[in-house]
Amino acid sequence: MSRAALLVLADGRFPAGGHAHSGGAEAAVKAGRITSAASLEDFCRGRLHTAGLVAGALAAAAALGVEPRELDAAADARTPSPALRGAARRLGRQLMRAARASWPSAELDALAGEFPKGAHQPVVLGVAARAAGLGPADAAYCAAYESVSGPATATVRLLSLDPFDATGVLARLAPELDRVADAAVEAARRVLDEGVDALPAASGPVLEIGAEWHAAWPVRLFAS
Amino acid sequence: MHLDHTHHGPAAVSADAHRPDGTRRALRIGLGGPVGSGKTATVAALCRALRDELSLAVVTNDIYTREDAEFLLREAVLPPERITAVETGACPHTAIRDDISANLEAVEDLEDEVGPLDLILVESGGDNLTATFSKGLVDAQIFVIDVAGGDDIPRKGGPGVTTADLLVVNKTDLAPYVGSDLARMAADAKAQRAELPVVFQSLRAEPGVTDVAAWVRGRLTAWAA
Ligand SMILES: Nc1nc2c(ncn2[C@@H]2O[C@H](COP(=O)(O)OP(=O)(O)OP(=O)(O)O)[C@@H](O)[C@H]2O)c(=O)[nH]1
Ligand SMILES: [Mg+2]
Repeated sequence: MSRAALLVLADGRFPAGGHAHSGGAEAAVKAGRITSAASLEDFCRGRLHTAGLVAGALAAAAALGVEPRELDAAADARTPSPALRGAARRLGRQLMRAARASWPSAELDALAGEFPKGAHQPVVLGVAARAAGLGPADAAYCAAYESVSGPATATVRLLSLDPFDATGVLARLAPELDRVADAAVEAARRVLDEGVDALPAASGPVLEIGAEWHAAWPVRLFAS
Repeated sequence: MHLDHTHHGPAAVSADAHRPDGTRRALRIGLGGPVGSGKTATVAALCRALRDELSLAVVTNDIYTREDAEFLLREAVLPPERITAVETGACPHTAIRDDISANLEAVEDLEDEVGPLDLILVESGGDNLTATFSKGLVDAQIFVIDVAGGDDIPRKGGPGVTTADLLVVNKTDLAPYVGSDLARMAADAKAQRAELPVVFQSLRAEPGVTDVAAWVRGRLTAWAA
């Protein structure tokens, strides 16, 4: 196993489709909830402890070898918004392509065969981490970090926010990211004994509602 | 490494000339170029010129709307199921060059759902002179500029003008009104591109898209050979 594979998987330029998604930031900007670096930080903190924690636990469980089909159903159950479920599957499909090209593996092939239109992105991320020789903590870190780096990058484009301020937000969230990743891995380990009901089910209702609102706009910069 | 010969499921990679079932996939041609140069108009004209002889589909990459796809639908150049719009997250060049996954899914879904296809045209959102398509997404690319964007564009060069498989200088009908010197544009393009072809066209007058359509037919012949 190569620890450096984590850098490849977590790189914002890993070609897995994330650049076209704002992680809810476009809706939050339009609604006036993100207007500055400070409100971006609040938004990211909320997302990290809800969607980020769930994604981290799903990814860690998949990296531990929990049955992807069960995890995918658990992800559906934890994602009320149909628009967000659709976005998660599209991103999962895109990640699948990049992961199979990067770390060819029978498990990834099997997952692609079972979900030709895409499984939830964190599930694919966990299986990809496994294929790359990485562990559950690595997968959880990737998923949790993506839950905040996506909105931060999108906000730089949407508000012309100073990119140094946006990066500062991410750096300040790092200690919380550590705690979320730890909690995610702990939950994932419990899944091995207790099943997928042990996964966290935190959710941000405004994120879900915002995603439905955003999906109905005729004109938008980001896909979600 | 091509796992698909041994495993089932969709293809792992993109640029393979064959689909998972072993058949040859459609030729993919990208159309890029600055905003408003006539990419969608060229796509529409190509569809009208080729749709009776070929099985065609189109992928559009609008920057923040579905205007291009909706224009093609309104003009009824192809049945709606043959036109797909990809969302690009404020960065059209990323979607055609650095992270082509959404576009690859669009072309593969078109082949699965309305195939077999001979040709898929992929229109980029209007961008700058450096935007080019990845070889993982398209087999050949057309860069469309127009005479109204300034007759110094061929001289300025840039990856699109210099390296595209075909350079189209569109809206020649406007040259007298905007004071563009077509001879100078042709000479500059020749200097930048050496042997690579250049077509000057106006879609407002005969023969319209004829030369570009002939070039596309030539690429198809080479692809099928
Ligand atoms: N006069 C003239 N107008 C043209 C010609 N070709 C296209 N146009 C017009 O130029 C405008 C822009 O054309 P489009 O085809 O939408 O340009 P585009 O490159 O697809 O634009 P974006 O996708 O927004 O970057 C439209 O109003 C077209 O009707 C031409 O040959 N001559
Ligand atoms: Mg267009």
